[in-house]
Amino acid sequence: MKLAARIEGVGLVGPGLAGWSASREVLAGRAPYSRTAAEVPAPQGLPATERRRAGIAVKLALAAGLEAASAARRDPATLAAVFASSSGDGENCHAICEALASDDRQISPTRFHNSVHNAPAGYWGIATGATASTDCVAAFDASFGAGLLEALARIADNPALPVVLVAYDAPYPEPLRSARPVPDPFAMAMVLAADDGTGPALAVSMSDAAPDAMPDAALERLRREIPAARALPLLACLARGAAETATLEYLEGLALQVEVRP
Amino acid sequence: MRPLLITAATATSCLGRGLEAHRAALASGACGLAPCRFESADLETWVGEIAGVDETRMPRALAAFDCRNNRAAEAGLVQDGFEDAVRAAAARWGSRRVGVFLGTSTAGILQTELAYRRRDPRSGALPADFDYRRTHNAFSVAEYVRERLALAGPCAAISTACSSSAKAFASAARFLSIGAIDAALVGGVDTLCLTTLYGFGSLDLLSRAPCRPYDAERDGISIGEAAAFFLLERGDDASANADRIALLGVGESSDAWHMSAPHPEGRGALIAMQAALRAAALEPDAIDYINLHGTGTRSNDAAEDRAVSALFGGRVPCNSTKGMTGHALGAAGAIEAALALLAVRDGLVPPGVGTRRLDPEVRARYEIAGARRRVDRVLSNSFGFGGSNCSLVIGRAGARA
Repeated sequence: MKLAARIEGVGLVGPGLAGWSASREVLAGRAPYSRTAAEVPAPQGLPATERRRAGIAVKLALAAGLEAASAARRDPATLAAVFASSSGDGENCHAICEALASDDRQISPTRFHNSVHNAPAGYWGIATGATASTDCVAAFDASFGAGLLEALARIADNPALPVVLVAYDAPYPEPLRSARPVPDPFAMAMVLAADDGTGPALAVSMSDAAPDAMPDAALERLRREIPAARALPLLACLARGAAETATLEYLEGLALQVEVRP
Repeated sequence: MRPLLITAATATSCLGRGLEAHRAALASGACGLAPCRFESADLETWVGEIAGVDETRMPRALAAFDCRNNRAAEAGLVQDGFEDAVRAAAARWGSRRVGVFLGTSTAGILQTELAYRRRDPRSGALPADFDYRRTHNAFSVAEYVRERLALAGPCAAISTACSSSAKAFASAARFLSIGAIDAALVGGVDTLCLTTLYGFGSLDLLSRAPCRPYDAERDGISIGEAAAFFLLERGDDASANADRIALLGVGESSDAWHMSAPHPEGRGALIAMQAALRAAALEPDAIDYINLHGTGTRSNDAAEDRAVSALFGGRVPCNSTKGMTGHALGAAGAIEAALALLAVRDGLVPPGVGTRRLDPEVRARYEIAGARRRVDRVLSNSFGFGGSNCSLVIGRAGARA
């Protein structure tokens, strides 16, 4: 079976990818890609206290999600949200584990509430006032695929409620970095709504096919290194604006075939 | 939504192993909490440990997943005929048509906490036997269960703090309702670790004694741990299923208020309960018992009471079972779904263990004593950090309200 949705807006933050508009030509293969350090914008819409407390995962997720909502001309308060990430805030996790291994196990309340996988969803609600459901899924390297399916299942179940899908990953510091080497922060977001026949739109089905690689070697390395960047072949289709099919990596032995309609 | 049949279920917590142990505990009002002796924790609090979970043996082929959290999962899978029921569903529908949706808050992070004590003194590296993917990562327990039962369909960990495993039901219900899968293995596994013990300690939310939900003198939570699993399937012949127990409704919301404190009026809680009733096409008075989130903190219980009394007045019996199980965090929704199922199946309203003197401010119909009577529909609440709320309605598939 196919799960379909209209793509109303896209957001993107990553190394050498500063926003969706600025990245389209690169992803379409019409301009060279240069992997410069990711610039993660300061979070918008949060009260001063929460802004101070927000870690990198929160900043990433808010930046991409708000960019997509703005491109879709949607008030984010009117959207359901699906957040997908392999690991959440690596710096915060490291700080907690280090404290717990020391003689003084005190961890701060902020560290603790920032440690939950749904921290970006919590800050998203505070920033936007959205009271609809926020889902937070994790599936290791398959996290983007899990988030995409979750968002599409939401729309199929309730076509009246558009969904913003936000996939993000942030690096761990050492020593966890060696165990889970995510080298750079990356986030992408899409506002998805019921397919009304207009484009751009996507239709997703499960597939045995091998996942697509990115033609550019540096973008392919990015795709393989960061779970949320498994979305890149889909973003490349959207950037090219042509009717194409992309096969995205999901679970081992199970890929997602995405038909894109411009 | 159409009722989704619960065709198999199992529960593991400090109350014991399997549904029968939990039924007996509900009937007798047992408390599974004990003073905290977990690992090296030096905290004055009580916890609900699964007895003997560390002795669970993992299948040799999946030894890389070995950690306390996955041992709890393994212990759960092999009882109540659950493994056989899942394998039969996979044979019936095809392994690609069975999804896995498991809630967890901390998965096997205990393994990382312990590994940080064994870092190489010169390089700071973690020990070579540390397996991040199969123990620490939030997905580890979902991946373990999927591989353990040779399932090949969609799979995700749902991690929204203390609403995680209730929201796993919500995800699974959507995938089933739209026909993307034919069966779903749903549930939650969360086990004790130092992050949550010291974390709730830092917020001053750990009770120094067994927790006392909705009590005038409540002073915080008792952390528990649990593994509970369910098999959900669409029942295609509604008339044949009328007496079977099903997931009747799910409601979700966000507080959009604060990271670690509930909205004081219970705004998000109210939206979630209303949505669950709407999904089940039920009026509030059709609910026979409400299993409250009822953690035992001052703010949670006060906010939840406002929401519950706004919707149900003082009419529907309710209480919290966390005085028996402790707060199983990411597994709370799943273990309480199992207790809801038992309440319906065996006709018993659980007792509100731990509560001695009800907070006089409480307006909901909080029942401290349990009762034996027919229960057709239970509403179960799970709320978490980040303002994540989820309510489930579990009951007889075809009973008239």
